[in-house]
Amino acid sequence: MKKVYGSAAEALDGVLQDGMLIAAGGFGLCGIPELLLEAIKESGVKDLTFASNNAGVDDFGIGILLQTKQVKKMISSYVGENAEFMRQYLSGELELEFNPQGTLAERMRAGGAGIPGFYTKTGVGTVIAEGKDHKDFNGETYIMEEGIFADLAIVKAWKADETGNLVFRKTARNFNAPAATCGKLCVVEVEEIVPTGSLDPDQIHLPGIYVHRIIKGEHEKRIEQRTVRKKEGA
Amino acid sequence: MPWDRNQMAARAAQELQDGWYVNLGIGIPTLVSNYIPEGVEVTLQSENGMLGMGPFPYEGEEDPDLINAGKQTITELPQTAYFDSAQSFAMIRGGKIAMAILGAMEVAENGDLANWMIPGKLVKGMGGAMDLVAGVGRVVVVMDHTNKHGDSKVLKECTLPLTGQKVVDRIITNLGVMDVVEGGLKIVELADGVSEEEFRASTQATIV
Repeated sequence: MKKVYGSAAEALDGVLQDGMLIAAGGFGLCGIPELLLEAIKESGVKDLTFASNNAGVDDFGIGILLQTKQVKKMISSYVGENAEFMRQYLSGELELEFNPQGTLAERMRAGGAGIPGFYTKTGVGTVIAEGKDHKDFNGETYIMEEGIFADLAIVKAWKADETGNLVFRKTARNFNAPAATCGKLCVVEVEEIVPTGSLDPDQIHLPGIYVHRIIKGEHEKRIEQRTVRKKEGA
Repeated sequence: MPWDRNQMAARAAQELQDGWYVNLGIGIPTLVSNYIPEGVEVTLQSENGMLGMGPFPYEGEEDPDLINAGKQTITELPQTAYFDSAQSFAMIRGGKIAMAILGAMEVAENGDLANWMIPGKLVKGMGGAMDLVAGVGRVVVVMDHTNKHGDSKVLKECTLPLTGQKVVDRIITNLGVMDVVEGGLKIVELADGVSEEEFRASTQATIV
């Protein structure tokens, strides 16, 4: 079965539906599926719920879908970089479910692993724990969190082979691996598609079983906080 | 003279022990890496998926695929390892990280910590802070002793939504160092030139 598609729009054809739950990879602007987000914007699909650690910035990442009001709800751990997000949230136009970052990652991992719920110490005694099942194990209290089962996962990887085996690069791996596993359908954008057999099977970060559609494209890869040091003696 | 940001970071660096894996928060905690004592080898974790975080890159060598949890460009070291966010928090929740050094808006005498939101004003999110304080071996807070109005940030009870309940072990401020103990806070050290009277007057929490 052919997994490689010609463009982001082609790879998402027939997939997008109003009101769907999308798990997206990326941390800040690092390793975000920028081409698929652009194609989702162009499609005009709306009332989307995104499980994504962040919400991009105003003009990049998920931020572009906030500007067009295509997002109904975000499930995120940190949204501090996006003024439009704050405006829509404070005016009640946008729903927000804060998840601790590790809880969000584990919810995606659990969903992908067929685990509907798990117990964690994270958030016990905070607003996050309100309304959640509490249970003691060995004298410590834990709360139950639910796995995320997304309709669609959109992911950015560095390289794929034609069967969807993926290799990520440096800290751009972040939420991409757990997000990929928790989608009923997973679409991946990469910088390079290499012939099957050219990746070392021992060095594959995510096996192709999780990947259904692949596109290759040119990525802007915007840097959010450019921090540098001076060369000594310079 | 109370400690400045760098002196607070330098004092916090004295908490590090050889061989530890440590997570440093955003702000003053990030500066701690500049003061790691001679002979102490620590590995810095960045919760977006990296162990062995290196310094900022030289100009022109920034890599958009290599950032820290504050979204700043950084570099790797010979011992660096990368992993995904689920594994990153598995090692945090699993107690493999010896210590986290974090900033705070408020700390209470029972170790409660608030550092993620001000209702109606500031809604940014907790990021990885709730996972860190629930999972790591030891939690050290580094912050100013008082807010910009001069009110104590070291309180009997937190007023802001909590990041974690009874999670803080030690507090380092511009006025000195306190430990969370039975019944309140114990003064461990005063900043140079800060008197105990001054310290107590700036502290709302019970000092035992």
